[in-house]
Amino acid sequence: MSFSTALAHHFLPESILVLGVLALILIGAWRGTRAFGLVNELAVALIGLAILALFFGQTSDASLFEGAFVDDAFARFVKALTLLGSLVTILMSRDYLQRARLGHFEFPVLVLLSTVGMLLLVSADNLIALYLGLELMSLALYVVAAFDRDDARASEAGLKYFVLGALSSGMLLYGASLLYGFAGTISFDGIAKSITGAPPLGVIFGLVFVLAGLAFKMSAAPFHMWTPDVYEGAPTPVTAFFASAPKMAAVAITARIVFTAFPGIVVQWQQIVIFLAIASMLLGAFAAIGQTNIKRLMAYSSIGHMGFALVGLAAGNEAGVRGVAIYLAIYLVMTLGAFAAILQMRVEGHPVEKIADLSGLSRNNGVAAFFLAMLMFSLAGVPPLAGFFAKYYVLLAAVEAGLFPLAIVGVLASAISAFYYLRVVKVIYFDDPAPAFDHSPLSLRAVLAVSTLFLLGFWLYPAPVVEAATAAAKSLF
Amino acid sequence: MFGFGILTGLTFLPLVGAAFILTLKGEDAATLRNAKWATLLTTIVVFLLSLVVWGRFDTASAAFQLVEQKSWFGSGLTYKMGVDGFSMPFVLLTTFLTPFAILASWESVTFRLKEYLIAFLVLETLMIGVFCALDLVLFYLFFEGGLIPMFLIIGIWGGKRRVYASFKFFLYTLVGSLLMLIAILAIYGKTGTTDIVTLLETQFPPSMQTWLWLAFFASFAVKMPMWPVHTWLPDAHVEAPTAGSVILAAILLKMGGYGFIRFSLPMFPDASAYFAPLIYALSVIAVIYTSLVALVQEDIKKLIAYSSIAHMGFVTMGLFTLTTQGVQGAMFLMISHGFVSGALFLCVGVIYDRMHTREIAAYGGLVNRMPLYAVTFMIFTMANVGLPGTSGFVGEFLTLAGAFVANSWVALFATTGVVLSAAYALYLYRRVVFGPLDKPSLQSISDLTARELVLFVPLIALTIYYGLRPGPILEASAASVANLLQSHTALANAAKVVAQAVQ
Repeated sequence: MSFSTALAHHFLPESILVLGVLALILIGAWRGTRAFGLVNELAVALIGLAILALFFGQTSDASLFEGAFVDDAFARFVKALTLLGSLVTILMSRDYLQRARLGHFEFPVLVLLSTVGMLLLVSADNLIALYLGLELMSLALYVVAAFDRDDARASEAGLKYFVLGALSSGMLLYGASLLYGFAGTISFDGIAKSITGAPPLGVIFGLVFVLAGLAFKMSAAPFHMWTPDVYEGAPTPVTAFFASAPKMAAVAITARIVFTAFPGIVVQWQQIVIFLAIASMLLGAFAAIGQTNIKRLMAYSSIGHMGFALVGLAAGNEAGVRGVAIYLAIYLVMTLGAFAAILQMRVEGHPVEKIADLSGLSRNNGVAAFFLAMLMFSLAGVPPLAGFFAKYYVLLAAVEAGLFPLAIVGVLASAISAFYYLRVVKVIYFDDPAPAFDHSPLSLRAVLAVSTLFLLGFWLYPAPVVEAATAAAKSLF
Repeated sequence: MFGFGILTGLTFLPLVGAAFILTLKGEDAATLRNAKWATLLTTIVVFLLSLVVWGRFDTASAAFQLVEQKSWFGSGLTYKMGVDGFSMPFVLLTTFLTPFAILASWESVTFRLKEYLIAFLVLETLMIGVFCALDLVLFYLFFEGGLIPMFLIIGIWGGKRRVYASFKFFLYTLVGSLLMLIAILAIYGKTGTTDIVTLLETQFPPSMQTWLWLAFFASFAVKMPMWPVHTWLPDAHVEAPTAGSVILAAILLKMGGYGFIRFSLPMFPDASAYFAPLIYALSVIAVIYTSLVALVQEDIKKLIAYSSIAHMGFVTMGLFTLTTQGVQGAMFLMISHGFVSGALFLCVGVIYDRMHTREIAAYGGLVNRMPLYAVTFMIFTMANVGLPGTSGFVGEFLTLAGAFVANSWVALFATTGVVLSAAYALYLYRRVVFGPLDKPSLQSISDLTARELVLFVPLIALTIYYGLRPGPILEASAASVANLLQSHTALANAAKVVAQAVQ
């Protein structure tokens, strides 16, 4: 297989996005402020094309760019989720940005650039590619966090995210340099081969720093500090983006690096992951109880959910990776649905974001209320909704691996977090109506409806997701 | 149809009714009437269909019948439904009582009626599913799924402290069930299957049994509810609308007992034997303590709720005696309590609809204005006490007989509960129905309407019929009980042999 055919077969989604982004920048420069609508639509089309390329492209595995880039079932699965997250975010953002007078063409361009970074990250097979992908993703995210530059909260969010992000990148780089120093190679396979018997202390240190850097990106406790403030401060579509696509990529690269670079020292990284998982689940459960702002609530909720995804990783086996993959897919749908509902919270033209603003939504808009309530039950993991199966598969892996304490902490955290999800349901259904929300655009209503129906009907036909996740997990081993 | 059997049809038929109500637009009187009739018809058809299932059911066999199986999630999880002597009576109880719950809300629910009816239909599907599921995860799905509609029913259509009650109900049950989920996962990890039929023949190592038993116990003890995790029940009962209380007392509580008899006893026989004294102790405490608590209640519904807990104490005691009388008595008591407690809550609903208070002190002398009601309430009070000739007697007597064989002290203490139940029930009856009718608000209270009579007559008939002829219910589960006890003894003996061999 020549290099060009390999590129055409295994690098197609990335190629489409990279070339497309360049074209979009040109269009934006050409048409100036009027370009937003067109660029937005073209960005959606580009991601759509990339998804199609992913679905109808090669299903064989390949390694490109001297082993820097790997295309396997796991990468394709997570890439599909990432692209879906970006696509839906851009779809949902248009109305909000235009109303907030933020309709600049840079937004879809930055989201696309960040998405390219995520795709590269998911496929990264050595430390340099990992860092490149991570930084391309993060730099674009820093900018979109502060996209509403005249708003003090958004600027603060962007700055905070940038400073802490830079710190975490530094830690990651430090860890990577230690790994290179002790293993003598940057490729994941090479690192795995170089560690035989008891690992040198330098490798352990490197591992810890790399995992800390990645934990920051997926906002796992205790590296979560930026999450609530950034979620609250950033414009809501940006928050939706933060909560969805980048988490997919961050969890996926964590899974890839621990399983391909450190398969021989499972015990060493397992305890780190277990700690991250327990800390995140408990923090997500307890800290969310006192929140009154729905975006902050979602921030803590996402921390808790990342903790659950890490439970699967902590199992350290193929079933665990399958659990993580299923968890990511279902978490993505739940998050997008929840933010579609949050974006609909707009009274007389102004967005509102207090939980109390949802009061009596069931009287004002029964359909949206039902969907949001079901989303909350799903986030809480109540069967038969899909959120239950997400938890089922990660807990199953943990129990099979003998991690009973972790599983028990997990279910207790899930019971505690059920309290605040129920509180949202209570506000929607049991309380007296607050002012009704404005009529919301079709895109938001469609995203909310489709995601909730997916969650409600998942148990009827789970095969596609479960089978794809199983195949994805197999390719990592 | 579509390769599915009659049990799937039975389980999901209520959803068809719910879907139909979803298509109804508007809030005018005609639409709401249509919705009510559609719901009632759906539940009646479901009941008739369950009679067909009953007709095809062979009571002489202890095996699972009408089994249907489909591959579902791959890797172990299958969609498997079937009934045996333990589940069949509960399926019938569910389908029989749901129309009563709908009828009981005919006029008392004044807002968001369509959502209310949909919630009940969804709940019916989940309840039937619990009793028909033959896969652990499928069972868990139905078992937990029932929390959502019940949470909404209590929270939206409940009384003043409905938010507190609904949260307490949900969170208590959830914590218990999640521990059971871990046990289910551990079982799957150990055996590679969640098929109940296969698992019933699997022997778990005794050390593992202990943990699994405790995890399942956490869930079923909360659901049942057993002392000391019973406190959610009085709150939930008091705040729930009448129909919600009926379903809660008559069916949801039975899921705990069903869980014990379906999973704990046959799958973990060593642990069940080991923990039987614990169960006895908790049951006896429940019987005596909650009966005493019931004596001092000021709220009618709360009193009946505590009496339910006491009766469930008899059930757990009977189940863990592992004697034919005890287990059959527990099965009978659960079914009978389904009729009787359901009917008692309906009785409370009748006067609550008229006076909008559940305070015992607000009533008195109702017999003067409501003779029919007084008779009805009398019959169910007597059945609740366990008067011979009513269905309540048979169950209590059999469980006590079983307990006497297993442990006479337990039987002795539990029998005091019978006396106490007579005390609180008669005391309640005297304060509400007898005495002078001197409260001005009660002067114009009217007797049972035709709809309410329709509601009570079948329940009265069944309560007395099964009190005089308990055979049909006992026979339904007899083969399964015999099978359970036989395999239990065999397993216990096998364990002894293994233990001796090890020594």
